[in-house]
Order: sequence, then C-alpha cells, then structure tokens
Amino acid sequence: MTDMSKLRPPEPGKGAAVIVVGGGVTGLSAAWWLAQAGIDVLVLEKGIVGWEASGRNGGGATHPVSPLFREEQRLWPMMDELLGYPTEFRPHRIRVALHEDEMEERLRGAAIAVDQGFTFEKLDNKTLRELVPIVDETAVGGILSNYGGHANPQRTVQAYAWALQDRGGRIQQHTTVQEFELRNGRVIGVLTDQGRFGCDALVLAAGPQTAWLAARMGIDVPIASARVEMIVTEPLPLMKHGGVDGGGLYGRQTLRGNLAYGGGPHEWLQAQGLRTARPVNSPVLRSLARRLRELFPKAAHVRVIRSWAGIVENTPDGRPILDRLKNPENVVVATMSSVGFGLSPASGRAIAQLVTQGHSDFADLRQLDLARFADLAPDWRARFGWIEVAPQLDESPAVVS
Amino acid sequence: MSVVLDPTSMAGKQFVTRPHTQLVVVGAGPAGLAAALEAARLGLETMLVDENPISAALMGMDVPFHFGGRMDGSVQNSARAVELLLEARPALAEAFEAGIDMQLGVSAWGAFGNGPTASFAAQPILGLANEESSWLQTFDHLIVAAGARDLPIACAGWEKPGVMGARGFHALLRDYRAFNGRRLVILGAGIVGLKTAVAAREAGLEVAAIVDVDDAPRGPAPLLARLKGDGIAIHSGHCVRAIRGNTEVDGVSLVPVNATQDAAAAIELPCDTVVLAVDVAPNIELLDVLGCATQYRAELGGYVPTLDREGRTSQRHVFAIGDCAGIADQNLADPTRAAAQGRRAARAIAAEHGAAAADEPPLATVAPSDREGSRQRWLAAQLAMAGDDLVICQCEEVRLRDLIGVRPPRYLAHSEAAFAHLNLHALAVDGPVNQDQIKRLTRAGMGACQGRRCRDQVHLLLAARSNVSPGDIPLASYRAPVRPIPLGILADQDETPNMRDNWTTWFGIDAQWQPHWEKPEPTQTRPPGRLRRLVEK
Repeated sequence: MTDMSKLRPPEPGKGAAVIVVGGGVTGLSAAWWLAQAGIDVLVLEKGIVGWEASGRNGGGATHPVSPLFREEQRLWPMMDELLGYPTEFRPHRIRVALHEDEMEERLRGAAIAVDQGFTFEKLDNKTLRELVPIVDETAVGGILSNYGGHANPQRTVQAYAWALQDRGGRIQQHTTVQEFELRNGRVIGVLTDQGRFGCDALVLAAGPQTAWLAARMGIDVPIASARVEMIVTEPLPLMKHGGVDGGGLYGRQTLRGNLAYGGGPHEWLQAQGLRTARPVNSPVLRSLARRLRELFPKAAHVRVIRSWAGIVENTPDGRPILDRLKNPENVVVATMSSVGFGLSPASGRAIAQLVTQGHSDFADLRQLDLARFADLAPDWRARFGWIEVAPQLDESPAVVS
Repeated sequence: MSVVLDPTSMAGKQFVTRPHTQLVVVGAGPAGLAAALEAARLGLETMLVDENPISAALMGMDVPFHFGGRMDGSVQNSARAVELLLEARPALAEAFEAGIDMQLGVSAWGAFGNGPTASFAAQPILGLANEESSWLQTFDHLIVAAGARDLPIACAGWEKPGVMGARGFHALLRDYRAFNGRRLVILGAGIVGLKTAVAAREAGLEVAAIVDVDDAPRGPAPLLARLKGDGIAIHSGHCVRAIRGNTEVDGVSLVPVNATQDAAAAIELPCDTVVLAVDVAPNIELLDVLGCATQYRAELGGYVPTLDREGRTSQRHVFAIGDCAGIADQNLADPTRAAAQGRRAARAIAAEHGAAAADEPPLATVAPSDREGSRQRWLAAQLAMAGDDLVICQCEEVRLRDLIGVRPPRYLAHSEAAFAHLNLHALAVDGPVNQDQIKRLTRAGMGACQGRRCRDQVHLLLAARSNVSPGDIPLASYRAPVRPIPLGILADQDETPNMRDNWTTWFGIDAQWQPHWEKPEPTQTRPPGRLRRLVEK
C-alpha cells in the first residue's frame, strides 16, 4: 500500500513559513535542513527537481578552497543515513599527474587541505598504476586524498527531495515564479503561474535564473551563465577508487562502472529568461574523448554512450554568494557559482541558519556577501569577456583539414 | 573598442572540419537514395551517408538494430559486406555514378548547431565516424532519412541469443546474407510481422508460426492470404508464455491471452529464432539531438518530427523523410512513397539554392493504422504473463518491479523500508511522470545499447501504469553520440592550438580555486586573474 499521506501534493496557493525558489541541489538541501529543524517549508520549482546542472555534474565532493569545506567533509559520510536514501557517496579522490608540472599543481591543491588538518598520500607511478589500472603508464604519479569523495548527483537530488517530503516539507514542481510581493521591507508573497504563495521568509536559489528573479525585488546579483558539457562511457570493471581524474578533466567512475568526465571550454550565454531550453552539446565532446583516452589509454576501446550539457552560473570572482539581505531583510540569496553539488550538504545547512538566525555558526559567510560586488562596473561581463560571441564566418570559416 | 574574449571559453575556438558540402543525406534506404539522386540531378553538392555495413562489434551490442546474435561469422568480412550491400541496393551504384559523395560504413553520430543554448557554430555540423576515426562535416542542408528501428516487447526469455527484431532480421537476411537461423517464430501479425514472414519464406527459411495477441491479424489481407496459402500457422489471441532454451533459443511456449501464469502451455513451438515483429519505430535520434520539434502521433508510431508539406522540420535547414518521419503501413508496403518524399525534399532544397524544379505530385494521404493499440495490447499481455520479475532493460537488468517501484539499480544496496512508500503513482503525485526522470532513478535505458531495446516499452509502461496517454509522457531525450563510439575513435585528433593551449578543467577563474582566506583581487573591471599558462588571443 502506498502511504499517500506522505506524498500529498501541496495545495495550490498554500504558502509556507519559508519558501525556497529553486529545486536544485542547493535549494533542496536548504529546504531539507529547514524541515529537519521543524520549519514549514515549500520549494517552488519551475520544472522537475534536480533537473538541470544540479543533476548533471561531476559529482565531486572535495572543495578545500571553500569556507564550507570542513562541513562538507563532516557531512558527506553521514548523508545516506541522514537522508534515508542512497546518494552513492564514496570517500577519497585520486588526482592523477600525467607530467611533473601537474604533480606540482596536485600538491599545491592538497596543501590547502593539509592546512586545514586533512591528509593525503603521494602516489608514485607504481602505486598509481595499481590503483588505476587503466591510467597512462607514463604518468608520474598523483595524490590519494584521505578527504573528499564523490556521489551520484541524480540520486542525491532526489534523495534530498524525498527526505524533505518525509519531514513534512513540500515541493511544488512545474511552478514558475513571476513576481514577489513586498511590504515594509519584507517579502510576504511569491506570485507564480500557479497562483500566490504567502511566506515569512524567502530563499532564492534558482541557479542561472537567480539574477532575473532578484531583479524583480530590485536586487542586482551579478552572475553570468555558461553551458558546460560531459561525456559518459559504457561500464568498465570497478576501480578501487572511482573518484579518479586529471589530465584536464574532472569526473569519476560511477558505482555502475561508467566513466563520466567533463572539462574544457564553456560557452557563455546571454542572461536566461524564465525558461531554460535543453542545453545542447558541441563538438567539444570529441576533445573530452581525446583527453579521457590520454588519461586512460587502456580504455581507448570503451564506448562513449552519451553526453550531456548543463547551464551553470558564475559570480565575478567565481565564489558563492550566500547572503541574508538587508532589504528585503527576510531574503537569502544563494548561488554557489558553478560549484554547488559537492558543497550542498554544507551550503544547505548554512542557508538554513541564515534564514533562522541570520548567520552561520560553522562558517564565516561574511566573505560571501553580495556587497563585495558593489563597485562592479555595469558592463563587467563584456569587460571580462563573459559574453556570447558569435563566430565570424567571413573572417575565418571552420578550418579545413 | 575591441571585444575581450575569455580564452577558456568557446569564443574564438574553431573545429577542424572536412570540406563543406551543400547537402548531406543520412540514410541510404529508398527515401534517402531518392533524395540524394534527385539533389545531385538538380546540381547540388550531395553527400550520402549510411552506416551500413555495420561492424560485427556493433551488431553484437544490438546497435542499431536488435540482431539477437543471429549473424554468422561472415559479418567480420567488411569488404564482402560492402559488395553484398551494393548487390542488395542497386540504386547505390547509380548514386556513385551520379557523382554523389558516398560515405558507406559511416555513422552520423551527432549533429551540432546554434540555438537557445549555443552560438558557437559558424555553420551546422554533423559528427561522422567509421571504424577508424571520427570527423566533422559542415553543410547547408541536412536530410535525415534514418528509417525505422526495432521495437521489441519483452517476454520471459527475450534476452536469449536468437531473439531479434524485424529490422535486424531484414538487415542480416538482405543486406548481409549472414542470418544463421533456420526456423522462425514471428511475434506480430501486423504488416511488420507478415513482411518478415514473407521475406523468410522467400529466403527458404521455415516459419514455424506467426503469433498475435489480437483475435484477428491486423496485416494486409493479400499478405495474409499468401502466407496462409503456404500453410503458415497463425496463432491469434495468443501471447508468449516463455522463450525456451539454455544457451540460445530452442523453442517458444504460447498461451492464450489472459491465461493465468500457472496455466499449462497451450502450444509448444520448436524454433531457433524468435523475431519480435510487433512494430517498428521512427528513428528520430539525430532530429531530437538537433532540437527539431517533435510531437507524439500514435498513428505514426510515436514521437515524430513536426514537418511542413515538403518535409522541413522546425529547423528550416533540416528535413526528415521516409520512416523516420513517421511509420505508416502504406509506406512500409510501398517504398515508392518514401522515394517520392525524398525527391520532394530534394527539390525544396534545390529551390532554396536557386535551382528550378517541378514539384513532386502530392502523395495520397496515409490511412491511419492502429500502432499504439497493438503495442499496448502486446505489452499488457506479455507483462501479465511474465510477472514482476521480467527484465525490461537488459543492459542495466531493470525488472518490471523495479520500474514500477522506482527502485535504485541492483548494484546499489538500499533499505526496502525507505522505498516502501515509493512507486510510479507516488511520483506522479508530484508532477507528470517523466521518462528521463525514471531513467535516472532506475537506470532503465541507460545502458550500452543506448536504450534501443527498452525505451519504447518503458514509455508505454509508464503511460499504462500512471493512467495517462503515451502522448502525455515527454519524449525521453536522445544525446550524442547516438551510436556507441570507442573513446579512441571519437577522440579529436585535429584540435586547434587555441583549443589545446587554453584548455581548463573548470572555467578560468583563478579566485575560484584559491583558498577562501586569500582575498581575490578587486573585480571591478576584469576577471580576477587567469590561469597563468593561458594564451591570450
């Protein structure tokens, strides 16, 4: 028997104490943490939960540069239990160094984690080849981190959604937010194509759409959207640690055995409207295949069976914005600047604390405020070159081999 | 003011492509051949791409058809395969003589162009590959004549070698002369099944029986009369209890539709091959990858491109003709209709290039046939007989119970208690059932055959179990490469220096990868640093 009471759809127009706009990984995690704290929460999602970049990414959970790193590391090993649904999290990462200069890069990256009390092992060519049998035999080595890991993004976003519902939170899919109702410096309602939803507090975690939505409240959130892509192969026998990357690629071997890897040029896109078209792939997927074969020459015969693309947003410094605004004062703006999945257990908790107490007690979020961009030139995207550039056919058509 | 380019982005990147051509036709069946010949006659630079002969390795993966392991060793000999293909399709020789750039044994695995989420392409690009390498081809116009693919319906034992699709059977029999079975049971008495039986008879094979769940065969009366005249048994109102055999098929047990699962088999048929010939489906992979609008048309065999009368898709430079534009019994019976569609598309394109050409006389309208209903009745009968343990997705071993229960895949330990309240109905409460979502959760359709063997069944099943019409379930998306291609072959060997020198793992924003306690440079007017080895252009 299905216990339908657990899954009753939200009644249209029924608001909540906290409304989270955006059913991506960051918004879902925030909503789940709020529901854990017994708060009445509603997620408004224009499509299906975790549908866009949140469900399509490298699945990495290893971000020593972030102020949320310690919390990311503390939470991931517990997430299956906390959520009650599998995320496919596995600990450890191997970063391959094909050349000496890559080894230096790996060690620099690991040093950031060591500074925060974590450890790693340096791998020589022999130990690397034992752990990663398909790796380039000439690779100088790599590092095996005793921190970090990886999980399945698609399964994880659904786990957040189900766990949220299990704790009484609600999700309203296929609902597009159009405007906000403001009164006395507070947002008191969200207007959607499915009617009005009242709220006492609002979390804006709408990925690339965050800027458009914030602008409805007169708030300027400087982000630029770009399309990025990945490829997936048929399954291979499992390696000891699936979280192996390097050679210009990020990604992992999934628990099923597929190699899922991305990297390379992104394509900046004009500001997105309310709807996001399905992102297409480009011939860059051949360059991904090339690098994956260079990283894993013994997998040259393995077949690529799909690719996908996602649209992610970046702030001008590439760092998140997690900020409880001054006006409207009951709004938290959240963008993880293209690095959201792995940090989501921690970012969701931080956002929940911003909502309930105005600050986080485990991370200093002041460095992630919106005010740091106050002096940004209005045409910053053009100055950075973070804009859509159409190819000039007359100057230099596609090169002919 | 000069435009600043982000060196790590697509801006200014180029892809090495083969010399441009005005028109590429994908698929050298009756529609594609007619289109290419007409286009060449009207003076268009025309390339005709066809993936046949297909490599033995792909056949072994049931790509692009459900070959069911029923090919003999001769498919390893690619030179012989080309000769046989030319014999089987005499119009190919005509196309060579007409000066068409013939690309046989070449698959069109991807298509790229600009749209709402991309603007990198100076021209539309097709991804092509053979057994040695892959490359890119630019074009002005594209005609997709990718034909039909198999539409298997699962039953107990359908994973055994010797169970194959009708398209796989025809390809092995006609194009490759490599079919190694002797005695067939054919499932489906519509036109696809009856044509399969006729082809088998003409090749001197034994047809043990034709089976259909319906009480009366749907196929054309003349074909039916001919087969009955040959003494072929037709078991109406029956479905498969199980396909028998240890290492491969050695027989089929039939029971009347609606028999209980423990009922004794009514009919035992020894055979070495079972052809799943209930229907075929339009091959719209490339069209969907290109973003051409599609719509669900039950009478045309599922999701088909939205076309104008000349065969033009919503992407004005892309046309669809033949079976990939929609399956119709009349077209399956009469290939000259597909050829007429091909000529008409070629003339429309030639007109855009300034060539005057007479319009093709209009085709008689297709009479609707009951494609969806027969598929649904077959699936319902087979699922009822096989029960919840039936494997629907062979690659990922997804059983019927896993699909209905939205369970995680078999490799993943999970608590049944946590999932006890979850199923398709529960998911439907939160919004319409979406096949891509089910795919992500259960992995049905995510395997190495790229969902060819299960995507249509899963689609029908989701509709049936959530009480909606199949047209209410959005098309599960297709992604490039639409053929499984080895890394070593897909790999770009001709990258430009700009691509190589500016490659970054994830954007080129230094501050993103500096520890948070290092304050980034001010960001008023320029990005906060770039990776040092980048080449500014």
